[in-house]
Amino acid sequence: MTGRHMNGQITPAHFPGAVSPDREYRLDAGGVGLAVHEWGDQSNDPLFLVHGGFDFARTYDVFAPKLAAAGWRVVAWDQRGHGDSEHAALYSWDGDLRDAMAVMDAVTQHPAPVIGHSKGGSLMIQLADAQPFRFSHLVNLDGIPYKRRIPDVSEHERTRMAASEIVGWLDHRRSTATSQRKPGTLDELAHRRGRMNPRLPFEWLRHLVTVGAFESADGWRWKIDPSMRFGGFGPWRPEWTITRLPGLSMPFLGILGREQEEMGWGTLPHHVYPWLPMGGRCEVLDDVGHFVHIEQPDLVAAMVLEFLGDSQGARTEQVAAR
Amino acid sequence: MSDITMLTHNRIELALHHLRDGRDGRGRALLLLHGLGEQSPTTVPAWADRWTGPVRALDFTGHGRSTVPAGGGYSAEILLADADAALAELGQATVVGRGLGAYVALLLAGARAADVRGAILCDGPGLGGGAIGPTSQSFVTLPPRELPPDPYALFELSRDLRPPDYATLFVRLALESGLDEPIAIAAKVRPPWLAAVADEVGAVTTSLAEALATYADV
Repeated sequence: MTGRHMNGQITPAHFPGAVSPDREYRLDAGGVGLAVHEWGDQSNDPLFLVHGGFDFARTYDVFAPKLAAAGWRVVAWDQRGHGDSEHAALYSWDGDLRDAMAVMDAVTQHPAPVIGHSKGGSLMIQLADAQPFRFSHLVNLDGIPYKRRIPDVSEHERTRMAASEIVGWLDHRRSTATSQRKPGTLDELAHRRGRMNPRLPFEWLRHLVTVGAFESADGWRWKIDPSMRFGGFGPWRPEWTITRLPGLSMPFLGILGREQEEMGWGTLPHHVYPWLPMGGRCEVLDDVGHFVHIEQPDLVAAMVLEFLGDSQGARTEQVAAR
Repeated sequence: MSDITMLTHNRIELALHHLRDGRDGRGRALLLLHGLGEQSPTTVPAWADRWTGPVRALDFTGHGRSTVPAGGGYSAEILLADADAALAELGQATVVGRGLGAYVALLLAGARAADVRGAILCDGPGLGGGAIGPTSQSFVTLPPRELPPDPYALFELSRDLRPPDYATLFVRLALESGLDEPIAIAAKVRPPWLAAVADEVGAVTTSLAEALATYADV
């Protein structure tokens, strides 16, 4: 059942275990307003959660409270253009990384555990490589990009496919100044999301609509910036990210879902194992898809907490050094 | 001071400078794309005097009279979409790019092969671009300037990745224009991406004057 507060805010659709953040506030990241969401006591040590592309911080509504209950101040933010953060003029990997730095700097100057899912995981591999001083631990939830599964096609055909992708993107850019997300009922948006997240319960998808969409006279629309689009093109190669893994110095845990999904990278365990950093681990969950922390929140939270606990000695040393 | 048409690209207002109309009100447009940290000229450069069509010049996002957005996030592909907004306004054009504008001219010639009647790549700021593969570069927050160019444009576009095989893809796409040599290289400097482009079928090394004369007739 979805209700409405007196101030006009939507009461999230009930989903078992979902808990609204304890604190929500805005933060200025170089002129771009970011929405920050926190679970747990503010005096606890911070832990950062980084969401994936086309997601938002409230997709952690079940997972984050489990970490908070274990004594962490869990800090997540909506990346620019996502969730309740500002729709920016420009989007880029570097922009997302600078935004992450702004949130981290606002919360702590000390190394902290960072957990990233999907694109958020990939972003954090790059930041951990470039700025390791921010990380006490790094957990990657099905967010290690690997070479795209492109069918075996001729070079001519590959060029034609690229042309189609580029023209499609430019045509989209010509229309973004006036475009809006398609409206629908709450259930219609949940069904649409379900096409990208076929393994997730419908009630969870309804919950996401109530926290990740807004309602206006003609229906619900996802909050994400309509100028954003799946796909795209550019010089970056997915397989380059994995080359940053071996050099990471902080404790590393990767968790992959065995079941392949459209929103995942298609990365398989044997792609990751050769690139693990010294002492790093990669666990594989059978019969689990790309959203490992949503399909198996108890299991994944337990794995993360065990991993952080295993490194408790190192953490204690860091705290003592402050 | 030239007349300016403001074009909308997403949340950015782009300044398209009217440097000169076509003689007898006719002819294909010549579109000028400036280098990194530059802005459009306000008068027709001497080398473009003999062009009979209209002469236009675009200020990229974060440069000249165009919007300086908050928070950075630049890429050559976003500038490609800037140039595409100008092309939508002009219909067809021959494009001359300096430095970063040369790289964007190449991308535009490949992306909109039917509408770009020749791209001329010249020396200028930002010609080299960034690395050709992953790097260990870090990230910094930059203070804003009161006037353009945007410091984030200077920083991000000077290290934008330019793998040679990505650049050559756009030469192959440009051949769909039907021109035998849709890419003319007038630059003296050869960063890796441009050296690879120069080796492709469809790219010719020439002078700016010769390239303009050739494309005026196609």
